[in-house]
Amino acid sequence: MKQRWFIVLVAMSMTLMLFGCGQSPQSTGGDSTVLDAGAGEGATELSYWTFVELHGQHFEKMLGKWNEANQDRQIKLNVTVMPYDDMHNKLSIAVQTGVGAPDIADIELGKFPDFLAGTPQLEPLNDVIDPYRGTIVKSRVDLYSKGGQNYGVPTHVGASVAFYNTEILEQAGVDYKTIETWEDFKQAGIKVYEATGKYMGTADTSATWQASMLLAQQGSDFTDEAGKPVVNSEAMAKGMAILKDLQDNNVIATVAGGQPDTEEAYGEFNAGNYATAFMPLWQMSRYTNYMKDLSGKIAIAPIPVIEKGMPRSVGGGGTGTVVTKTAKDVQLAKDFLAFAKLSLDANKEIWNTLGFDPVNMDVWEMQDVTHDPDNQFVRYFQNNPFDVLNEIKSEIQLIKSTSATPTINNVLCTITFNEIFEDGKDIKEALDAAQAQIEQELK
Amino acid sequence: MIKKFLYSQKVAPYVFVLPFIFVFIFFWVYPLGSSFSMSFQKIQLGQEASWIGFSNYEKLMGDGVFLKAVTNSAVYMVLTLAVLIPFPMLFAVLINNKFMWGRDFFKSSFFFPALTSVVVAGTIFRLMFGEMEGSLINSVLGWFGIGPVKFLKGQVTGFVALVSLATWRWTGVNMLYFLAGLKNIPDEYYEAASMDGASSFQKLTRITMPLLKPTTIYVLTISIYAGLAMFIESMMLWNGNNSPKNIGLTIVGYLYRQGIEKNNLGYAAAVGIVLLAITMIINLAQLAFSGMFKKED
Repeated sequence: MKQRWFIVLVAMSMTLMLFGCGQSPQSTGGDSTVLDAGAGEGATELSYWTFVELHGQHFEKMLGKWNEANQDRQIKLNVTVMPYDDMHNKLSIAVQTGVGAPDIADIELGKFPDFLAGTPQLEPLNDVIDPYRGTIVKSRVDLYSKGGQNYGVPTHVGASVAFYNTEILEQAGVDYKTIETWEDFKQAGIKVYEATGKYMGTADTSATWQASMLLAQQGSDFTDEAGKPVVNSEAMAKGMAILKDLQDNNVIATVAGGQPDTEEAYGEFNAGNYATAFMPLWQMSRYTNYMKDLSGKIAIAPIPVIEKGMPRSVGGGGTGTVVTKTAKDVQLAKDFLAFAKLSLDANKEIWNTLGFDPVNMDVWEMQDVTHDPDNQFVRYFQNNPFDVLNEIKSEIQLIKSTSATPTINNVLCTITFNEIFEDGKDIKEALDAAQAQIEQELK
Repeated sequence: MIKKFLYSQKVAPYVFVLPFIFVFIFFWVYPLGSSFSMSFQKIQLGQEASWIGFSNYEKLMGDGVFLKAVTNSAVYMVLTLAVLIPFPMLFAVLINNKFMWGRDFFKSSFFFPALTSVVVAGTIFRLMFGEMEGSLINSVLGWFGIGPVKFLKGQVTGFVALVSLATWRWTGVNMLYFLAGLKNIPDEYYEAASMDGASSFQKLTRITMPLLKPTTIYVLTISIYAGLAMFIESMMLWNGNNSPKNIGLTIVGYLYRQGIEKNNLGYAAAVGIVLLAITMIINLAQLAFSGMFKKED
């Protein structure tokens, strides 16, 4: 008798082993929250994946407005927040296999080209973007496009600016308003280091923000007209030489985490160990969320240039929100997305909630919105961000995003910048090696 | 009829090995064959696959990052072998000693780290080896007047962190293997040796170590495989698959980068096949060298 049971048990465990491997496609492993924002019984539940927790807060606000205005097409949004790499990897597999993808997802600019390879498994959004095309910055939509089709809805312009800790600068008798060129920055930095022993800024090893700024000022890019990588160009070498010179003079130094937008670096900045961060405007939300000690001490200004007259900003980073081909109600997802990110109301909320510079530049001039004394960003910073943004409005350059971009970023941020700023390797050698490695990987 | 079939002495053994055969075919033979054919194709999920001959392998040969990954994995394997065989063996001998005090306490405390999730352990080690002055290891170094070290940015220091993590996690497991091996050595041998006047050291080198050989070879074999296939430890320690200058990139990490992060599955399959080849060659050579294939007398 015992034997028979044993055989049954073996057979059952074999069957279970073979069939128990399938996993529900909905099990994503991230933090999920269902936002109903006043939606009734008949609401359609859409799923949304993001890597930025704050984005969910913006969608929650816009969802309430949508559900109120569209009683017959109400939505519940199932928001899942996952770490950056994790989310992009899972999304990539899900959209390409056609199994388990969410209806709506955020894709970061640096990863977007991977999702446009071959035939994109994303829905073209031209029809829902068209009504807003006249009001938003064209180049930000073009970033997420292929063959005339727009696949992503942008969130912000991402204009790069300088964030100065005025408390440190004052100790050294430096006025940030007088800094216009990198040479001015260097002289100020030498003073700061001598007076306080602190560094004026960071030498970034794990991000391309600074390199992008220096290339954009010279009208250059990481890729040529055809989209082929050219990371060993003269402009790149010149940019790196400027940064290296600053590092050699103790003006900038590498930072824990490798760049200002990392947890370790928030701690360093919050402790007042570095006086400046050169970052896209969205870094503001990192200040208000993670560097509360610096409230009232940070001033925003245009970034220094190599020579006066050069453009003082470049659009940095960005998130394209997409609708996947497997979405359960494609039209509903598309309409909601345009409403939540492109309408005038949405653009105001993008500033209010997220502290981003919205792609509808009309908002930039709405004094009641941008100078609202109750706004947390207006309260936190010494000067109003939009005063600076409007000053540099016509100077915001664009670094192209091509199919080579993910590989370029990977090689520069893991190898090249570390070799230059951590090991002191010769700039030309490091850049030539980077070029060779990128070409090899793209073969 | 069924009863006769199931109770048959000829059939029963096959029924019992069947689960293993199934698992072997579905989870090993089939994926292996499939990877082998994928390694000759250009495959991007969602796109049509195309045959490209040996191109993936040719590309691999000239790929500096792949070479870096292979070197890292090999060095990690050698270092873990150097630490994770002698020390657990020594601890096992000590704990097995009749006069050892608190035996069960040591056994469980050595084994405890293996029960901890590698994700949690990796994260804690990342914080411990952080580059800021306040991180644990740097504070300790500070007591001795040594300035903060950027552990996770240097090749040597990065490996110090990585091997520390492996040591912390696996010492207990290997120790248990050795303890099990020690139980099979009859006490009479030691008694006889004592009567002949052998010292403790002589007993260790002449009795314990030779008789532990099968266990040692087993631990060596699984450690070679584990060393070459390491991935999550590195991923957790560097908070992702991209360490500075790829100092923590392993072969499996490179496979993951190409296959999952870059959606280049054909190339990733070629990386996997090369990993399999390296592991097989090293392990077979090691087994042949240690005489495991020889027929027992």
